[in-house]
Amino acid sequence: MQTEKIFDTLTKKFGNDVTPILEAAPSEPFILVKADKIYDVCLFLRDNSELDFDYMMCLTGVHQKPDLGVVYHLYSIKHKHKIVLKTFVSIDAPNVPTVERIWRSADWHEREAWDMYGINFEGHHNLIRILCPYDWEGFPLRKDYVTPEEYHGMRVPY
Amino acid sequence: MAEKKTFEMEYSKVDTERMRLNVGPQHPSTHGVLRLEVELDGEIVTEVVPHMGYLHRCFEKHCEAMTYPQCIPYIDRLDYISSMNNEWPYVMGVEKLMGIEVPERVEYIRVIMAELNRIANHQIAVATFGLDAGAFTPFLYYFRDREEILAILEKASGGRLLYNYFWVGGLAADVHPTFKQECLDVIKHIRATNAEVTNLLIYNKIFIDRTANVGILPADVAINFGCSGPVLRGSGFPLDLRRAEPYSIYDRFDFNVVVGKGEVGTLGDCWDRNIVRMGEMEESCKIIEQAIAQMPDTGDVQEKLPKKIRIPKSEILSRAESPKGDLGFYIVGNGTDKPERLRCRATSFINLSVLPEISKGYMIADLILILGSIDIVLGEVDR
Repeated sequence: MQTEKIFDTLTKKFGNDVTPILEAAPSEPFILVKADKIYDVCLFLRDNSELDFDYMMCLTGVHQKPDLGVVYHLYSIKHKHKIVLKTFVSIDAPNVPTVERIWRSADWHEREAWDMYGINFEGHHNLIRILCPYDWEGFPLRKDYVTPEEYHGMRVPY
Repeated sequence: MAEKKTFEMEYSKVDTERMRLNVGPQHPSTHGVLRLEVELDGEIVTEVVPHMGYLHRCFEKHCEAMTYPQCIPYIDRLDYISSMNNEWPYVMGVEKLMGIEVPERVEYIRVIMAELNRIANHQIAVATFGLDAGAFTPFLYYFRDREEILAILEKASGGRLLYNYFWVGGLAADVHPTFKQECLDVIKHIRATNAEVTNLLIYNKIFIDRTANVGILPADVAINFGCSGPVLRGSGFPLDLRRAEPYSIYDRFDFNVVVGKGEVGTLGDCWDRNIVRMGEMEESCKIIEQAIAQMPDTGDVQEKLPKKIRIPKSEILSRAESPKGDLGFYIVGNGTDKPERLRCRATSFINLSVLPEISKGYMIADLILILGSIDIVLGEVDR
């Protein structure tokens, strides 16, 4: 299905909660979703037989000042079409519903986004750090992150 | 007559309890520094919790402080046994965002290099998988042959494992005049060794008993977990980006997408994932032969190198089929010469996430085999 058609289907179903944004090539067009509707939109995208997005390629945390965001790259193996979803939340209350019950690959992706950006995925069964040590402080990929001087008494050389 | 004594233990009185066992991080069978926290009921695995991050260096943060060409060596160090394949999606993404069309000769050299590196990767994967199952000889054969492939890559790039060879818009250097002949020679050796290993290891009764019906991964579970590469194709699902979305010049070559068929056991077991890698080595040989026959002899590999690399405000998820599976880079430009965000969709990381699901209920010795059949590289898992 064409990207525009997918966007049409979504706007018909969800109304004002989604805003398609068509960007010029080579950037891919994406659809902006309100943070609290992410779960419903994703479930619809996976279970609708014409859309059938069964494969989550990538889930990325981003920090576009001042907001934190999550980018979902979805792919349908059967229909061979893709879609990009984006959602933005304020840095003070970065709460996004989890999609790990829709695609289980989201489990580790969301843990990584929490680890790096501190995005709180509501309802995730085990939202703990995955790459950094479990007692690490701060969220390294945020733009305002300050590298600590030392870790457990060891000086960080750079 | 003396009283008959029994020395047999009364098994009903033996206490059993669940045990927690740490495998790794310093254990040879975890293929790097991975710690698996395993819960055991006797010898049966009831739960696996992977702990990773021992090699974490936050390369995504580093790259935000680097210019686009400076990122390439960092990307080499992700999956350090197939660096050529790592560089490709990144370089391709930057080229797409800048609108660069690379010359024909560059595309052919890239295909040959990537396929040679794919063979080297699968040789390690099959060799160490055999080693996990207790077969030492194929390991030595494959490391001998892999050295010949690495010699070709070293001659072109100067590095044995970390190449920095694919540049944005071209290549770091042209290939040696004897390149084509060397490739054809090495393919002969690869095929000979593969035939030998097929007899020695793959259809060996002991190896089949050890790997068939172990770690069964159904295709729908694999898709839901986002698996790709030989892990997904071993479950019988023919998804290969070189065929599904032909990038570069892969639409010009004739090759098969190898899938597991459940030949000796259940579809999607460890043996199937392994036979997919064996089959892909042969397909890569076929692609290299075709590419060498079609490749133009002359042409400047550096004519399209841009003077300055700046990416306007735009973004792309650029994907390519690496030996481990579908490797992607999400590149966000902000108008300067440094990326705003560079995200790696690390194949090993996602393939590893399926391990707790498929290893429950098997023996602890089988867990090692299942991990070996997924073929992870910790440099890519931890990034």
